[in-house]
Parts: sequence; structure tokens; C-alpha cells
Amino acid sequence: MSTTLLAPGFADPSHDAQRLFRGVLDAFSHPGRIVELPDAPAGPGTLSPAASAFLLTFADRETPLWLEAGVDRQEVRDFLRFHAGTPLVQAREAATFAVIIGGGGEPFAGFAIGTDTYPDRAATLVIEVPALDGGPITTWRGPGVDGEVQVAIDGLGDGFWPAWTANHALFPCGVDLVFASGSRLIALPRSVAVEA
Amino acid sequence: MYVAVKGGETAIAHSLDLVADKRRGDRDVAELSLDQIDQQLGLAVDRVMTEGSCYDRSLAALAIKQARGDLIEAIFLLRAYRTTLPRFGASEPLDTTRMVAERRISSTFKDVPGGQVLGPTYDYTHRLLDFSLAASGERPEAPTAPADATHALPRVGDILQRDGLLEPPPSNDDGEARDLTRDPLVLPASRPLRLQNLARGDEGFLLALGYSTQRGYGNNHPFVGEIRYGHVPVSFVPEELGFAIEIGEIEVTECDMVNQFAGSHDVPPQFTRGYGLAFGHAERKAMAMALVDRALRADELGEAVTSPAQDEEFVLAHSDNVEGSGFVQHLKLPHYVDFQSELVVVRMLRAEVEKRREQAALAQAAE
Amino acid sequence: MPDATIQDTPSQDAAYNYGYLDEQTKRMIRRAILKAVAVPGYQVPFGGREMPLPYGWGTGGIQVTAAIIGREDTLKVIDQGADDTTNAVSIRRFFARVAQVATTTHTKEATIIQTRHRVPETPLTDGQILVFQVPIPEPLRMLEPRETETRTLHALSEYGVMQVSLYESIARHGRIAKTYNYPVMVNGRYIMSPSPIPKFDNPKLDRSPALQLYGAGREKRIYAVPPHTPVNSLDFDDHPFEVETWTESCELCGSTESFLDEMIVDDTGKRLFVCSDTDYCESRR
Ligand SMILES: [Zn+2]
Repeated sequence: MSTTLLAPGFADPSHDAQRLFRGVLDAFSHPGRIVELPDAPAGPGTLSPAASAFLLTFADRETPLWLEAGVDRQEVRDFLRFHAGTPLVQAREAATFAVIIGGGGEPFAGFAIGTDTYPDRAATLVIEVPALDGGPITTWRGPGVDGEVQVAIDGLGDGFWPAWTANHALFPCGVDLVFASGSRLIALPRSVAVEA
Repeated sequence: MYVAVKGGETAIAHSLDLVADKRRGDRDVAELSLDQIDQQLGLAVDRVMTEGSCYDRSLAALAIKQARGDLIEAIFLLRAYRTTLPRFGASEPLDTTRMVAERRISSTFKDVPGGQVLGPTYDYTHRLLDFSLAASGERPEAPTAPADATHALPRVGDILQRDGLLEPPPSNDDGEARDLTRDPLVLPASRPLRLQNLARGDEGFLLALGYSTQRGYGNNHPFVGEIRYGHVPVSFVPEELGFAIEIGEIEVTECDMVNQFAGSHDVPPQFTRGYGLAFGHAERKAMAMALVDRALRADELGEAVTSPAQDEEFVLAHSDNVEGSGFVQHLKLPHYVDFQSELVVVRMLRAEVEKRREQAALAQAAE
Repeated sequence: MPDATIQDTPSQDAAYNYGYLDEQTKRMIRRAILKAVAVPGYQVPFGGREMPLPYGWGTGGIQVTAAIIGREDTLKVIDQGADDTTNAVSIRRFFARVAQVATTTHTKEATIIQTRHRVPETPLTDGQILVFQVPIPEPLRMLEPRETETRTLHALSEYGVMQVSLYESIARHGRIAKTYNYPVMVNGRYIMSPSPIPKFDNPKLDRSPALQLYGAGREKRIYAVPPHTPVNSLDFDDHPFEVETWTESCELCGSTESFLDEMIVDDTGKRLFVCSDTDYCESRR
């Protein structure tokens, strides 16, 4: 453990986790909906409060975590190891969860997409973005969406939505996404088609 | 009128009172203590600990008392308590060669290193009701030789294996033993998962399956290589120490079944293994488990899977008496919505048949 | 020790964690729920725990509810549509005891509704969660008892066996005689068991604004239907899906639109009919 001050985790572990879980569940049940997380922990600084909250809510010893170089910093490692006991992995395919910044390049390549018989064995990726609105407008359709919904996430790489279309085509396999910014998030499960 | 059909809080409260009252029985009869259950109904305690997957004699005794001697109910109580306990980690595997055996027999050799030790067993009793127990069971203590804890007790199986006559223990497919009570059973299962399932499995179910293999439904020609019962030390490696320390002792019954040899042109014939282990003294359970374990290895050993005891999915999905008991008894819950659904359709179908009959009769009359 | 007295809202039992399950178990179930929502209708295996209620009596629904419930929730529990059936009472007492949660019988007030065998008549709304207790999660189980087989059939979307079974029913009875646990197709991909609800309730699952979570404790599976998701009852062009109807109306509220329970009221076999959904019925009287 480093000597730097450790960012605090949950003040009230059982109830904080429950409320955050319901926020995330609301987001997954309503893709495109911006969900403000109640009392999200501030996190270690280089990780947004929403990403910190998501990981503290879902990650533990049983869920290997992959961090992109930009967030793979000592204070982040300490925070996640101490509060969640999460093992950090180098190999993308071993990760249950991952944190990515902006989603440039080939953002989903190498992560577990599940199998035809066990599509649940797929990774969930948390994508840190500058803002959940004000970006290029996209149209989302699928389970959880009443008709269609317009979403304008900012700061994603050029190849991002084509990569998503390829991921969606893998259904029922594929990764699921959470876009995090500040203490807010939007979920994008693999079942949802996005028109960019 | 509807309240009578639909339970209600008060009726449930009264039912809880009544079952507690029944449990206590006649207040003029002395109440059972947990020590009495532990000491005098020890084999019931052993079974509840084994199928409840929790080694704690006093908790098992409490469960038996609360369940009024219904052992499946007691197993359920113990398991539901066990789920809530925090996990500190997993112990090191038991080394049963370090057992201080109270009983140890082999039926494959007349004598074995360490000797045949009959110990406490019903095997040689005449099953005559002992009416002296009805009055008072007090009797002098039996003479015992001092237990020899200094010598390791070699397993008969290991001796056979050294000569190549018995296969080495089957390797663990994925290298680690998952905890069946924490992860869902995924089929086909690894042998460690299978053995966990059988250890928790209902003794009666395993007995019937094991018996069925002896009657030709997947016969393995078994011999009791060895049964041993006694105390073994349990070791644990605390994270902060990094080496194993002994944290206590438990009583177990272990059965190594030596079975029909397998072999081929290239592989010389050798005997195969079936393994059973239970908490406390439970030879019937350990033997039945060993028979079923061997039967379930049919696929691995290239045998045709033709009988229920060899069918992994059938055996593992139905071995658990807490699951089975719950699902069978859930039929007591109200099902009147579904039944009403059926009634509506059956009446409609009957009316349609009736109408067709009438039309046929009319047509006939018109001819 | 069993408590002999029942309080309406007992204080939380200090011997157990909030919601009965430990936090590690809740996280595991919550992860399974997220995957279930992401793949609508697919049965996610989860490390089902042994609950203090018997298997087959709602342990799957209870584990799902225990993993999602919080102090801000209002819980409604029904069995056969009624809040006062024995099993509903027992489960409601359990949550009052381990989660100090407010309970209600009013569908509109509930944030979480745990149910066995019915979907409430009152339409559900955005933000509500309906938790189903599921005995056999696999819709193909009675046609193919092996899990290894049915898992492959789902993977391949190979559902011919179900079509054949429904068609055999038509050949024998002139109609699809399946009455409850009537299979549905979720979002055009997975055939799903809606749990043993009467087929009368199937249309309520289609594009519901509420989130549907299904928990099977003994079989250790969780599955979900997100809001607004198409849920179609299987049928044929020449034999379209249809629901039960009654010529009678509710003896108490006069409803001709709700699912009716039939009661035999004397030994000459005289019958009368009342709403199965007690909250709906009471709100109309
Ligand atoms: Zn009514």
C-alpha cells in the first residue's frame, strides 16, 4: 500500500451499495437514460465518481478488472484493492470488468463476449467520457427503450459506433457498456442497436 | 368466507405455536438436552452434519431437536444457518493417512499394514431388540486399547497403486475445486464438484442408486478396498502466516472402493477407484457414495452409459433432499389460479366434444 | 429460535445482515441480474443460496428481492393474486423482519412486487419491479429433461420441439390446450417460461413499462424482461393465442375483465366467482 491518502469507499456499505445498484439497474433497464447516482463516492480522482461507484457496487475478489493505461495508477489500484479486493489483470480476455477512457481504437477487442451457450460470461466495460450529453446525436432502439431514444455522448472515438454495431451483431454474445461522467452514467447493453 | 380460503396472519401465528407445542410434547416428560442428542443419537448428528455440509455437533443436535427428529428438516435448518456464515477460506485437503482410526477394515486382503480394526459397529450385532435399554441403558465402559496416534495408517489403495494394480486417483480436470454452495452446478461437472454433490446427497437416494449398480444397472464389480473411521486433523494456511497450522480435528468415514479393472491392448489392466467420504461415522453413506462415484466415471473410463446411476445429470440433479423435499412439498401451496385456468379450458373442450356428439346424433337421426 | 408472536413490522433481526444475504452474495446476484437484463429471456446461472424457506416456495424470487430491496422501497407480495395467502404472508413477514421495509397491498404504491402465479390486474408503471417466483425456469424442460440439451437448443435458437408440442395439442384438442406457464418469445430471440401464471396474464408482460425479474432458487437461474420489450405468446397463424374468458362476473365487484377464482360454496356444488387479484377487487368496491 502506498503512503498516499486512500480515497474513502462507502460510508454505509450495505445501503450505499443497494442504492447505487438500483441506479445502475435503472440505467440498464432504460438504455440511454442518464442516471444520477445517489451519494457516489468521490473516488481516487483519476476515476470518475460514477465509475468508482459502479466498481465498488459490483466488483470483488471474484471479478478480475482490467484498467486502461490512463487510469491504471497507483491511487486507483489502491482504492480498488482496498475497498473491493478486486484482482487487476493484464489480459483483456480475463476481465469481468474494465475501465476505458473515451473508447478510441478498437475499444472492445479482446474482451470476453460470452459463448452461445453461456452469453452471460461476457465483460462489462466502463467507459469514461467527458460528458453524457452535448456530443453527436445517436438513436438507440431495443429492449428497455420505448420506441427510440436520442443520446449524445461526448468524447467517443471515431470508430466507436461502428465497433458497437459489430458488437450488437454478436447478440446474444457481446460486451455491455456503462458510460460514466462525473456522478452520472448511461448503460448500453448489447441488445440495443445504435444508429450514429 | 374468503378468509377461510386464504390463510391470513393469525392462522399462521397459531400454526407456529402449535408446531412448537408439538415439538415439546408432554411437559411431564423431561426435555431433551443437546448433549443427550449429541451423545446418544450420535449417528443422526453425523448424518445431519454430512448432508448439511457443516461440521458442528451442537448445531446439528439443535437442528434435530427443533425438527423433532425429522432428519431432512434438520439438514435443511443446518444448511440455512450455514449459508449465513462468513467464509475465512478453505482448509488444506484432509490427509486421512494421519487418521487415528477407531475402525478400519479391508475386504480385499486378509490382513493389511495397521491391521483390521473392528471398532464400534452394528455389523456383528444380532438385531434383537434389547429390552434392557427400555428400562435403563446404563452399562460399564468398554475396555479400549490406547489409540496409536504416532503411526501413519497407510491406505490399502496406495499399496495397490504402488504396484500399478490400481489406477492413481483421477486427476482434477480444471485443477481447482469450486464450492458447490457458492457457484451453480454446471454440467458436465468436474469430479470434485460431483463428489461434493454426492457428499451432500441424500443417503437413501445414493443407497438405492449404489444398490442398483449391484443388481446389474451399471455393474462395476466392487470390492471394499478399505473403510476407515476416526479422527483426522484439519489444517489451514492463514494468509498472514503463509504456512499450515492445525486448527482442530474432525471425525470422518472414508471408503475406497476398488472396482472392475479396465485396460486395453496398450494399457495393462488395472483396478479403478470409487471414493466416498462422510462426516462422523457413516459407513453406509460412504460406501453408497463410492459406488455411485465409480458409476459416474463411466464416460471417463469409456464405458457405455446405460443405467440411472451412471447418468451424471440425472444423479446430480436429484440427489439433494433439501431441494427435493421443498419441491415435492410445494404442491401443498395454493395452485388454484392455475387449476382455474385448466378448468376453463377443460370445460370448453368438453363442451366442444359434447356439441360434436349432438351434431353427430342429429345427423344420424336425420338419415 | 422460532418466535411465537408475529408483529406487523418487526425490527430488523440483528443476527442477520440487511436483506438476509451477505454483501458478497448480493453482489453476485446483482451481477447476474445485470446480465439477465442485457440478454432478455436468457437464463443466467447464479450461485443460489440456501434460504430459510423451502425450495419450491419462492427461494428464487426471495433472493432476487433480497438483492434489490432497500429501505426506500415499498414491497407488495402476492400469491395467486392475493396478499393474504399463506405463502405471501410468510414472505412479507420475512422481509419485514430482515429488511425493515414498508409493505403494502396496493399495487400502485409498491416499488417492488414479488409474485407467485399472477400479474396484477392494475397496469404497472415505469420504476416498478415485478419479481416472479419460478419453479422450473426452462420452458423446454418438459420436452427435453436434460439441461445440457436445452442449453444447446437455446444457443442455436432451435425451437422446433416447442412448435411440434403446441401443434400436437392442436391436433388432439382442436386448439392449444396449454393454460398456464404458456411459453413466450422474448424480443424475438429466446423462448422463455413466464412462470406458472395463467395465460390470461401473458399479454401484460408485453412491452410493460415495469422491469420483470424472474428468480428460480432450486434451479439457480435468474432471467429478466426489460421494460418495453416485446413478449409474444407462441401461436400459429391459424390458431392465434387467446386468453381464458368467463361468462360469470366477480361476485364482489362485478368485474368482467379480471381473472376469476372459482369457489364451491355448498355441497350441492353451487359455485361463485371472485377476482383473484384482491387489491384490484377491493379498489372497485
Ligand atoms: Zn372483484
